Order: sequence, then structure tokens, then C-alpha cells
Amino acid sequence: MQVVLDHSPPAGASVRSGKRTGFLLLSPSVLILLVWSIVPLVMTLWYSVQNYSLVDPTLHGFAGIDNYWYLLTDPDFLHSLLNTLVLVAGVLIISVGGGTLLAVLYDQEFFGRGIARILVISPFFIMPTVSALLWKNLMLHPIYGVYSAMMRAVGLTPIDWLARFPLLTVMMIVAWEWLPFAVLILLTAVQSLDGEQREAARMDGAGPVARFRYIILPHLGRAISVVVMIETIYLLTIFAEISVTTAGGPGVASTNLAYLIYSRALLQFDVGGASAGGVIAIIIANIVAIFLVRAVARNLEA
Amino acid sequence: MATVELKNLRKTYLTEEIIKGISLSIEDREFVVFVGPSGCGKSTLLRMIAGLEDITSGDLLIDGQRMNDVEPGKRGLAMVFQSYALYPHMDVYKNMEFGLKLAGMPEAERREKIEHVAHTLQLEPYLHHKPGQLSGGQRQRVAIGRAIVRNPKVFLFDEPLSNLDAALRGQMRVELSALHRKLGATTIYVTHDQVEAMTMADKIVVLQKGVVEQIGSPLELYHHPRNLFVARFIGSPPMNFFPAIFQGGDAAGSSVQLRDGSTLYVPVTSPGILPGTKVTVGIRPEHVELAPSGPNSGTVEVIERLGAITLVHVRMSDGEIIVVQTDGAVLTDVDTHVSLTLPPQNCHLFAPDGLAFEACRRHPLAA
Repeated sequence: MQVVLDHSPPAGASVRSGKRTGFLLLSPSVLILLVWSIVPLVMTLWYSVQNYSLVDPTLHGFAGIDNYWYLLTDPDFLHSLLNTLVLVAGVLIISVGGGTLLAVLYDQEFFGRGIARILVISPFFIMPTVSALLWKNLMLHPIYGVYSAMMRAVGLTPIDWLARFPLLTVMMIVAWEWLPFAVLILLTAVQSLDGEQREAARMDGAGPVARFRYIILPHLGRAISVVVMIETIYLLTIFAEISVTTAGGPGVASTNLAYLIYSRALLQFDVGGASAGGVIAIIIANIVAIFLVRAVARNLEA
Repeated sequence: MATVELKNLRKTYLTEEIIKGISLSIEDREFVVFVGPSGCGKSTLLRMIAGLEDITSGDLLIDGQRMNDVEPGKRGLAMVFQSYALYPHMDVYKNMEFGLKLAGMPEAERREKIEHVAHTLQLEPYLHHKPGQLSGGQRQRVAIGRAIVRNPKVFLFDEPLSNLDAALRGQMRVELSALHRKLGATTIYVTHDQVEAMTMADKIVVLQKGVVEQIGSPLELYHHPRNLFVARFIGSPPMNFFPAIFQGGDAAGSSVQLRDGSTLYVPVTSPGILPGTKVTVGIRPEHVELAPSGPNSGTVEVIERLGAITLVHVRMSDGEIIVVQTDGAVLTDVDTHVSLTLPPQNCHLFAPDGLAFEACRRHPLAA
């Protein structure tokens, strides 16, 4: 590097001064981002090793790993961890599976396709709290709900979904919100498939199923991995739907990690314990992120 | 054995008729080229034969069997697409294997066939490359290999060489001709490039606006174009045309008067044409001769020197431009005065409706 600079001092100097200007111009945004993410992280780490409960001010001081110990040995924690995984996996399967099929369906020519496409995408624009309320009160309410009325109309007893299958119901509501996202991304991917490739497959004797399996699905690989990554990031932190519909209950039957942290901090006022939960959530999110980013990067290279 | 027969095929798209009743029969082992300007319906016609487009009316027979409503994969055809349409996520081997696998052929047999075809097309080093790693010419070969390996009755080619550069196109043209001779399969080939049509075809079908203008061997089209469209379309540089007045004819020829007053006695018959009718005279640039004592004269306006040949654009005394193809070493320069001869045996006459007058003697190569 030095040798190069000696041979061409003016160019090297201008590169260096150019770099300095670059740093200078970038620094405000970098600084804000750092403060934005580092300060809360440090505060969380700090609180997680403190005895800090809002209901008992006498209890304070350094707690060591007590907060982590209590949390990790709490059966509720394991349960909520499992619920988080079930929620993420369930919503991913429904939205990506259903999204792929719908994308192929909406790629066909049919009357009113434009309107149908807008309708299928519209749930994505409804905010999570509103859609949870809609499902809870308008659709699934055991007495006033549309679903219940339909069941009674054919002489069946409606199920109280949120009481009987709380986690499954939350999963369905979240999947309803995320399905349009998957359809949107996968539909554009299906449409980018070269028409001559499909025709070549037809000439090769491939029927609709074989064309889907061997031509369309491999073509969608990248788009599916992008959908999985983006959805996973958001699904790890589902909160509004649980808070509005079941408040994590009954018991902890529909509590995920995000809701557990919330209930520790703002229902039980144990800031120290909640911070420990937050740190664990960060670790889990990072582990997932490493795997996902690798998988996606590999897929994008291929 | 594979023959293809089209009986009054029609295709209507919404309200517009694109293919307006085409009848054609293709013999076994024949190499047929559909040629025409873009939008003439040649690709649509090929796709109708392939089964990728519905046939509105008429019959498509392959080996005497009606195929109108048979699935594309079951017609016994293989097609090479303009974009090659290789499956990007499969390697070369799997691309060729796909059709065989779907047909339920056993593994060992598949391998043997693919290796044989790969050997024929010199694709062996690339069998485990993805299409993205191959050059245009190699992809083209893979697309052809994928067609050959299925052992189809008829090969369909949809402008397969138009994405290649000029040098490679010339090379692939020769390879395709050699391959056709070797395989002896019936082939239908669509192109807008008349060089491809002239060099490869046993039979050329010239299409315009969904109608067949002429069917014939390449030299038949060259020497005896049926009408003005074919005369203009076949041949490069294109034929020269100028107006003339028909004066009269007999069994051995017809005489016409050009605008500069000179007359030509062309050996074509002219039944039912009245003297005084306005006709069109056509002559190819390669047939016009620069001759110091020629009856027609003009001034050289542009000279295009291509090395082996020279194209001289001459402004005639009556204002018409005529292109003369001549020797590469000709010394004539721009703005000089030249005299020309139009050898009557190479002239064509066209009636006002565009149809050519029948030649008294057929050209020996186009019998």
C-alpha cells in the first residue's frame, strides 16, 4: 500500500481525503443508528443483571445470573419458547404453502383476475390489532360471530376457538395476515418465469403437476427463501394478535417469548427478569438470523 | 416415416384472423422452412403444429392421424425455441433427461441415449454444467440435443439461430444441415432470414399476413417467383423493379416498352393481357450487366464495395434507380456515366395484380 502511495502521491492523497469526507458525511446516520441500537442493548444487558422490581423498591443491587437462572428454570419460559417455534413454523407452512398455490392460481387467466388479486392482497394492509379484533369479535365470537352463525345455520354447535385452541387460532389469524405477503412476492416470481420454458416442458410431455413440480417450484426457490426470511424475522415477535385475542392464555397456552417478556415487565413489574428474557430473545433471533442469511445467500448465488 | 399435412388451417384470435387457411403437405425426411416478414404468422403456424396454440378450424395430420386435439407432448414432436428455453436449475444431462423421464424410460436406457446424443453434438464435457455456465452456441446445441434425444417424428425449430452472432450462425447453419442429413428426420424450421431458408430448405413456404404466397424449392423461388412479394422477399440485394407498358406477346415471349423508350422482349407468356397494360419489370442486381454499348444508360450515384462484389446504384435517364451487382474489381466511380444491358432471359414481368407472367422455359435448376 505504502509503495503504491509513494508512486502516486497526488492520487493517494485525494483518495485519503475523499475517504475522510465520506466518513464525515456518513457519521451522523451511523451515530444515530449506533445510539438507537447500542443504548437499549446496553441498558437491557445492565438491567438483566440487576435486582429491579417496580413493586418492591427495597430489592435492588447486583443480581448476578439470578434473573437468568429463575427464567430458564421457569416452566413457563420453556413453554413460551415452544409456542414461539410452533407459531413461526405453523404460519410459515400455511403462508408459504398456500401462497405458492395461490400464486400459481392467480397467474392463470380468468375473468375478474385484477379485482381478485387486489382482494387477496388486501389483508396485508390491515393492522395486526384490527385484524385480531375482527377475527375475535366479528368472525369467531361463539355467540355473535359470523362463523358461529354459519355453524348454527346448518345445525352444528360452534366451537369457541379462542378458548379451545388458543395457539392454533392465533396461528390462523397471523397466517391470514401474512398469506397475502407470500402471494404478492411469489406471484411476481411466477410471472417472471419464461413462457418458453413452460412450453418446452409441455413439449417434453409434462402435465400441469409435473410442470409445477419440476419447472415452477425450482424457479420459485429464491423467492420462497426470501419470504421465509422476512416472515421469520417478524413472526418471532408476534405480540398484538396475542395481546388482543387471548392475552397469552389460558395460562400460558398461547404465550410466546415476546408476550412473556411483556408480561414479566409490564404485568409483573419485574424489569430485571424481563431484561434477561430480552437478552435470550436477542440470542435466539441472532442464531436464527445466521442460519437464514446463510441459506438465502446460498440461494441467491445459485 | 413421418409426414405432416395441413388442411385449410385457420387461426382466429379474438376477431382477427391470423392464419387464413393454409394447406400444405410435408413429405417424410423433408426440411421445410417457413419464411416471411415478422408478423406474417409463421411462428403461430409452427406453434399450431406443435400444439401450443389451438387450431380454430381445419385439420392437422401427422402420419395421417388427426392431431388437432392431442396434447403437445403426445404428438411425437420436439421443438427448439428461439430463447432455447433450457431449464436453468437442471444441468445439461438433466435437461435432456427430463422428457425421457416423464415418458417413463428406464434409467439405463436414458443414460445410453443421452450419452449417444451428447457424443454426436460434442456436448460430453458439459453434461454436468448448468445452462448459465454455457455460451450461446453451446446452449443452442443443448436445446437441439434435448430435441434429438426424444427421437421425435418431426423436429420443429422456431428461429433457433437468431440469438447467435453472425459467425456462429453460419457455423450452426452448416451443422444443422449436416445433422438433418444424418438423422433424416422431417423438419419444420421457421426463420425470417432468407439465407437460412435458401441454404437449408428442401422446400420453402413463403408466408405473408397468414397466407401462403408460394411453396417451392429454394431455386424455384429464386428463378420463378410467383408474384411481386416473393420476388422482392427472396434474393439479396433485392430485385430491381421498374414500370413498363406491355406491347404484345406471342408463344416465345412478350415485349414491353420501358419509360426511357427502349423495348425488351422477355421470354414469358402473356395470355389475356391487353397491349397498353401497365406492367412491372423485375431483374435481379446480379443479372444486370454494365456494358459500354448497352441500350440503357445512367449516372452512378452510390458505390458499395464489398470486396468480392461491388454494388453500383445507377440513376437511369428516366429517373429510376437500378442496382447492379458486379465484379469486385470494377473501376467505375461515383458520378460517372455508365451503360447497362438488361438480359431479357433474366427479366421477370408482373401483371398489375402482382402475379408473375409464366416463363416460357423453366430454369434447369428449378425444374
